[in-house]
Formats: sequence, C-alpha cells, structure tokens
Amino acid sequence: MPHPHRKDLLTSVQMAQFVATGAFRMDAVVPEEMNLRAIDVLKAGIPAAPYGTPMSEAFVDSEFVQELLALPAVAGAIHSLVGPDPTVDHHAVHIREARGGEAQNLHGDAIIDVRPDAFDVQLMYYPHEVTLEMGGTLSVPGSHLRRINETDIGRYQNLLGQTRLVCPAGTVAFLHHGIWHGGRRNDSDVDRYMFKIRFNPTVRQVRLWNTDDLYDDAVARELDQPFPWYEHATGRLERYNRIKLWQALIGDDTYDPEYWVTRVSNRPQRVVAQRSLNPHAKKEKV
Amino acid sequence: MSAPAETVQQTLRQQVLVLYLSSSALDSVVVGWSIYDGTGRTDPTTGDSDVPPYATGLDALKDGWRLFQAAQLLPPQPGHEYDVSFLKHEFFFEKLTR
Repeated sequence: MPHPHRKDLLTSVQMAQFVATGAFRMDAVVPEEMNLRAIDVLKAGIPAAPYGTPMSEAFVDSEFVQELLALPAVAGAIHSLVGPDPTVDHHAVHIREARGGEAQNLHGDAIIDVRPDAFDVQLMYYPHEVTLEMGGTLSVPGSHLRRINETDIGRYQNLLGQTRLVCPAGTVAFLHHGIWHGGRRNDSDVDRYMFKIRFNPTVRQVRLWNTDDLYDDAVARELDQPFPWYEHATGRLERYNRIKLWQALIGDDTYDPEYWVTRVSNRPQRVVAQRSLNPHAKKEKV
Repeated sequence: MSAPAETVQQTLRQQVLVLYLSSSALDSVVVGWSIYDGTGRTDPTTGDSDVPPYATGLDALKDGWRLFQAAQLLPPQPGHEYDVSFLKHEFFFEKLTR
C-alpha cells in the first residue's frame, strides 16, 4: 500500500489525544455508497486470515475491505498509529441482534499486555447509524494503560464519563489494545453490525504521524486531561504513564511539560558538602 | 407460630450496590457504580446508565444502604508504585428487602 499523503496522517495533537484517551474516532469517514454495500458484505462474512498476515495480503479476497483500508483518512490513521505494513492479528464481524443477547462484561481484549513502548490498535467500522438503544460499543476513555487481565473488570457496570457509542453511518474508530470496552445490549428493533480488525505494528512506533505540531501547547493539554472516573490520586499516575508512553512515541525522554516524571526521577549525584562532612571523601593519610 | 410456607415467602433478599469513590473517604464522590438485585425485580447491566445513583458514598448511607465492605488501603508493591490497575476505593452496600 502506498505511503499516505502527509495531509492524511494524524497530527501530533490527535496522537496525543489517542495517548490520553486510548481512542481516535472519525465520524462518517466512509462514503454512503460503501456503507450501503457493507451490510451484505458483512452478512456474507469476510474470509479469515491466519494470525500475523501482512495487511497487504490479508484481504486479497475482499475488495470491500481493501477499499475501506485504502480510504485516505483510514490509511493515514493506520500509518500514524502502527506504521507501514502492519500485520493483521485477526478480524471479525460482530452482529448484535435486535432485542437479543446481553451486554458483554467490561473487558480488555486478549490478555494483560503491558508493553511500555508499543501498542496494537483495533479498527472498528460501523456501516450504519448507531443509536443509544442499539447498544453501541461501551468504552472507557483513558483506561488503556490500566494493568488488568481481560474480564477481571467485569464487576464494573458503569463508570463516570464512559462512552456509549452513538455515531453516524460510516464511522471508524481506532482503539488502543488495552482499552476497557464491551458490546452493549441491543434494545432496538434493528440488528447492529460492526467490523473489527486488530493491527500489530511491524516497526518501532516513533514519529509515524505528521509531527509539524509536535511541540504545540495543545499536545501538552491533551496529555494532561483528566477523566471523570479517575480516582483523584490515581489520575496523577495516569498522567505519569501517558508521558512515559508519549516520550517513547516521540523518542524524547526529556519531554515532560507538567514535570510528573522529572520530579520523581531526579536523583542528583553531585556532592557539594565540604570535604570534612562528606562521608564518601577519602580520609587523609596519617 | 407461622406456617413454613409463610416463612419462605418472607425470606429477605439482598440488593447490592457497589460504589467506586474518588478517594478512600466514604464521603468522596462516586466515579463508578454497579447494582445487583437479588429480588430479581430489576436487571441492571453493563453500560446501562451514565448517571450515578448517588453523588457520594455518604449519600447512599443517608438513603438507607448499609455498608458491609470497604476496600483495604494497601501500599503499592515495590517496583510497581506507578502502575495503574483496578479501581482502588470500592465500597459494597446492601439493602435487605422482601
């Protein structure tokens, strides 16, 4: 797949928003003409590909998915988040039937995944409008850096500031692999469709986006944003962990505008006490 | 003495409210909540509301909920002081009802 045009890459502010929230959403980015075709395509199923198949090979039997991934905004976001030539971990069509089923417990996908300087993303494509009653995906902004294993968080039913997805047709969202989420119960009379692809990076995720605004103040503001469900004290640790991730993504471990990391790692070694008071000074020979 | 059938009918059921608070203080604000209804009359589930049932843990007490468990305060494990994981300030309440 050709390198996306720079104008289609995410900006630093958008990347910082992803690092803070664990998600990036593009409303109605897929043209209506494709959305109208999508339901039949998804009903028929997308041919499976083995884990780790290069993106360029995973969908050779699905022109629709090739078209989806070639949309400039989608291709630009994939490149910005996981870089060129990612592999497809897996993909799936999710259908929540009208007035059927139960809400999924809140969970993180796969198993606990604590990589400090790499992440997978999950593309989620919604071919039709999703209303509140249709039980769009529940996700929890800023939950992606919490170290939990899969459904161990199933006890949590609702968190302040959670996102219950409501979106127009053709919306694509990208989620960090660690984000807490779950399919909600569909209380409407309409079946809900969603197509998901998990991408694994094959390059180090450093400055893959449009970095023209790398040191814009808005980047720092994104990285420092609180979320209503954070406990007051733990919310500060969230900022610390975000800064560590951002430092890895920009390849600069001095970036720390709010001083969360610098303050607690400052251990000066220079000794200025007079020599007679310095226990480490060598004694005079008698 | 009551008949056995009546005794069964009068069995108390437990309704459980779990509140997650912003600090270890019971009067701090609610940041998360779950409800389990042992009477079977309601069916609370994941993602069914954006509005907490009470503003603080204390408000739940004032409304008649009885606290029966509070999360312990545990120091971080050495080497994991900056890790974030489960919500820390979890309080279990109950109401007994027929």
